[in-house]
Amino acid sequence: MVEHIALTVNGTPREGDVEPRRMLVQFLREDLELTGTHVGCDTSQCGACTVTIDGKAIKSCTMLAVQADGANVRTIEGMQAADGSLHALQEGFWAKHGLQCGFCTPGMIMAASDLLDRNLDPTDDEIRHAIEGNICRCTGYHNIVLAIREAASLMRAGATGPTPAATPA
Amino acid sequence: MATAVQDVLGTSVKRLEDPRFITGQGRYVDDIKLTGMAHLAILRSPYAHANIRSVDTSKAKGMPGVLAVIVGADIPYNPLPMVWPAGGASGITNNVSTPRVLATDSVKWTGEGVAAVVAETPEQAIDALEAIEVDWEPLPAVVDAEKATQPGAVQLHDNAPNNVVFDWTVGDKAGTEQAITDAEVVVRERLVNHRLIPNPMEVRGDIGWYNPGTDEYTIWMSSQTPHIQRLLVGIFTMGIPEHKLRCISPDVGGAFGTKIFCYADYALVLFASKLIGGGRPVKWVESRRESYGSTIHGRDHITYLEIAGKRDGTVTGVKVKTFANLGGRLSTIGPGIPTTLYARVLSGCYKIPNVYAEVTGVYTNTTFVDAYRGAGRPEATYVIERAMDLFANEIGMDKAELRRKNFIPKDAFPYDNPSGLGTAVNGEKIYVDSGDYEPAMDMALKTAGYADLEAKRAEAKSRGKLLGMGLSTYIEVCGVAPSKWIGAVGEGWGAAMWESSNIKVHLTGKVIVTMGTSPQGQGHETTYTQIIAHELGVPMEDIVIQHSDTQGTPMGYGSYGSRTSSVGSTAAIKAADKIRDKAKRYAAHMLEASYDDIEVEGAEYRVKGSPDKKKTLQEIAFALDLGFSLPAGMEPYLDETAYYDTPNCTWPFGTHIAIVEIDEETGETELKRYIAVDDVGKKINPMIVDGQLHGGIAQGVGQALWEQAVYGDDGQLLSGSMMDYALPRASWLPSFELDETVTPSPVNPLGVKGVGEAGCIASTAAVANAVNDALSPLGIKHLDMPFTAQKVWHAIQATKGARA
Repeated sequence: MVEHIALTVNGTPREGDVEPRRMLVQFLREDLELTGTHVGCDTSQCGACTVTIDGKAIKSCTMLAVQADGANVRTIEGMQAADGSLHALQEGFWAKHGLQCGFCTPGMIMAASDLLDRNLDPTDDEIRHAIEGNICRCTGYHNIVLAIREAASLMRAGATGPTPAATPA
Repeated sequence: MATAVQDVLGTSVKRLEDPRFITGQGRYVDDIKLTGMAHLAILRSPYAHANIRSVDTSKAKGMPGVLAVIVGADIPYNPLPMVWPAGGASGITNNVSTPRVLATDSVKWTGEGVAAVVAETPEQAIDALEAIEVDWEPLPAVVDAEKATQPGAVQLHDNAPNNVVFDWTVGDKAGTEQAITDAEVVVRERLVNHRLIPNPMEVRGDIGWYNPGTDEYTIWMSSQTPHIQRLLVGIFTMGIPEHKLRCISPDVGGAFGTKIFCYADYALVLFASKLIGGGRPVKWVESRRESYGSTIHGRDHITYLEIAGKRDGTVTGVKVKTFANLGGRLSTIGPGIPTTLYARVLSGCYKIPNVYAEVTGVYTNTTFVDAYRGAGRPEATYVIERAMDLFANEIGMDKAELRRKNFIPKDAFPYDNPSGLGTAVNGEKIYVDSGDYEPAMDMALKTAGYADLEAKRAEAKSRGKLLGMGLSTYIEVCGVAPSKWIGAVGEGWGAAMWESSNIKVHLTGKVIVTMGTSPQGQGHETTYTQIIAHELGVPMEDIVIQHSDTQGTPMGYGSYGSRTSSVGSTAAIKAADKIRDKAKRYAAHMLEASYDDIEVEGAEYRVKGSPDKKKTLQEIAFALDLGFSLPAGMEPYLDETAYYDTPNCTWPFGTHIAIVEIDEETGETELKRYIAVDDVGKKINPMIVDGQLHGGIAQGVGQALWEQAVYGDDGQLLSGSMMDYALPRASWLPSFELDETVTPSPVNPLGVKGVGEAGCIASTAAVANAVNDALSPLGIKHLDMPFTAQKVWHAIQATKGARA
């Protein structure tokens, strides 16, 4: 049995026939071949699969693909502007060495985009709270906090914000 | 010095790896799709200990999409290799049992592989696992290493009486016992260094491909050691020599030691690809829950400690008896970790005249145990740093002053540790290379406000908090290891440990460097590029670093043991030396000058005294590639390879201080501040070095406060998922306060010491000492980790005489 779904991913309409048990992360990774979204656990603990739906961070391993029918999904592949320039969060993570192995990074960036959408001047405590659902094993979070702070600073100065040019009307 | 290219060595340049990772373009094993690829799933034992009477696969074979069902008896390969027995001068016996690719007769832990399904999709493979019927004969289990050695314990293996893998010793037994007998003060304690699950964020996985047209195998693997796997998986397990197996590690999402080893699934996916035929690759990726039983665990020691000395603070002897839990069967280098890498560094940064260690390796019905970040050295640091605090408390001496009194003095280097890596036979010694321990400790004490500890304690007490400050003055051994030492002493892989680098300067002047080491997130592509840019005077953007593919990179022993910056980088420098030398010889030919008259600055090769007569490296490479005009005997092309065997290991050190507050009512521990002063020698990229320290510190803090692999008495893993195994989260940790001293290593030309493990080695002991310091006013002498609120609350209640 398959269900037909239609949704918007990174500004582009996408469709697919999926088994009802198919998770959104599998649909993104395997059907749409957007492999930047990762699977790090099987219990919704690690956040490597975090994407945003209408700007809100969700764990795509915990949402069925059929539940995303009609949704506006954004993944790490959709963070750059149309001209290829990096999003402020991508700049921040690069500048402040907010990643090592890179596996948690897409999920971290998507979780942080949800935070900065709500709060462009977060305290360190607010940053640490916002990424509590995302586990990083490499950085001890020290530089991730600096990276998100840097991104917030860039965005306050006018750099690309979390509401992207690529998001469709 | 005016070079055209800015020197980047020692600067915090942004990482070259990052653009692909921050845009979702990293390529990990599970991101790879190959034409015709099938999927494999593994049926794992639900029992910790059981005999397999029979396996019925008939129903599973008929399930949708199923291409093959495999049981242990189908696979003609050897059991997996174990290549680092507990060894050395004593010539002791190791009672070896290693896993088979799939278990045939019995299982020894929950999670040991029993059967496998290959299907068109991963879901079909997993569905079909449920249709496999195993007739089990469950057996009683034992999970505690000390209990497993006692009379009457459940026996795991016929060849290992009392479940003992080995009994191994190092040091002077008679001298140490005499020192204890003669001592003014002896402190004894039982210390548990509990079991950890390493948890890199990318689980393991692999894709095996057998090409029937060439009779060649290829494997994509999330591994730290693709070159070594060609030996371990190919020759030792499958009987396939090097020229028939290609091993490729794509981007690896963290490893921390877990991806060093030879795992059953490597051989299984290769076997499965050949079995289903048609040149179809087979992919397997473990789930996180599966990983807890299929990928190694770390630590798990029980240690009986005796520390002896004088009332003036002179430590005269340390003796330990350690039970090291190695799991149900042995992993690749399981026995080497609690012997060589633990007991031989047990005396830490202290000059202790008498040290003796007995280590018993033990089989239990648990996941196999092997090297996890630090690998033996965190266990040693925990023992000696707890020992120093216990001794200081006993004699009423300040903990920092006790350490200061016993430090190896700075004029004693290179230091030959009497129980260390230089004690074995045949004259090959490993010395502690260099050190100056007091400045790092003084800097950390000042930053932490150690002098005001009692005032801080009183202030916290007024808020209902117990404040504690914990020191960890660690050293570690990095940059493993001189091959001749391994050969002479008989400790180590049983193989060499040199490294390699090839540099090609192509027609266009662009530089391709291939390395034998394999990164897992450390930023090697950046740091090697910085080194080569410095050595050859070429801009960073003209250099690319390639690695982790046995086809096209020179043989290397991989990245672990904080060896890449010391051993790998030196190989790169040696290769650059050769490039420079050939370029200089060719420049002499081009400029019609003698070799000795050519001076090199950056990428410019010019005639001394005639600065306008010059050629750039790029011009030289172009001409050498064309080969139109070669001096007699010179080969065309600028392409050089170097192999480097280190003469010694390197020894980073430092002082870490943790400050904790414990809520007296709830027992909850909060890490308030973390100060780390590390001396890792010179730094290639300080930003990357700091990042390594941050991550290591967090992992070590995780062990002290939250993380623990817990087994029930029946061998079921109770902390069997990320729901139950408490990995540190952002809101649980403070930002870290880092500082440095710099004592260059004399071992390598860069003066680097290595940093991958330092944070993790130091931090567990620092936090454990801090918590015990906080609890000491209540009369608590020693509490084992992890310091969960429940455990600490019970300990506090017990001191009040209340029912706990």
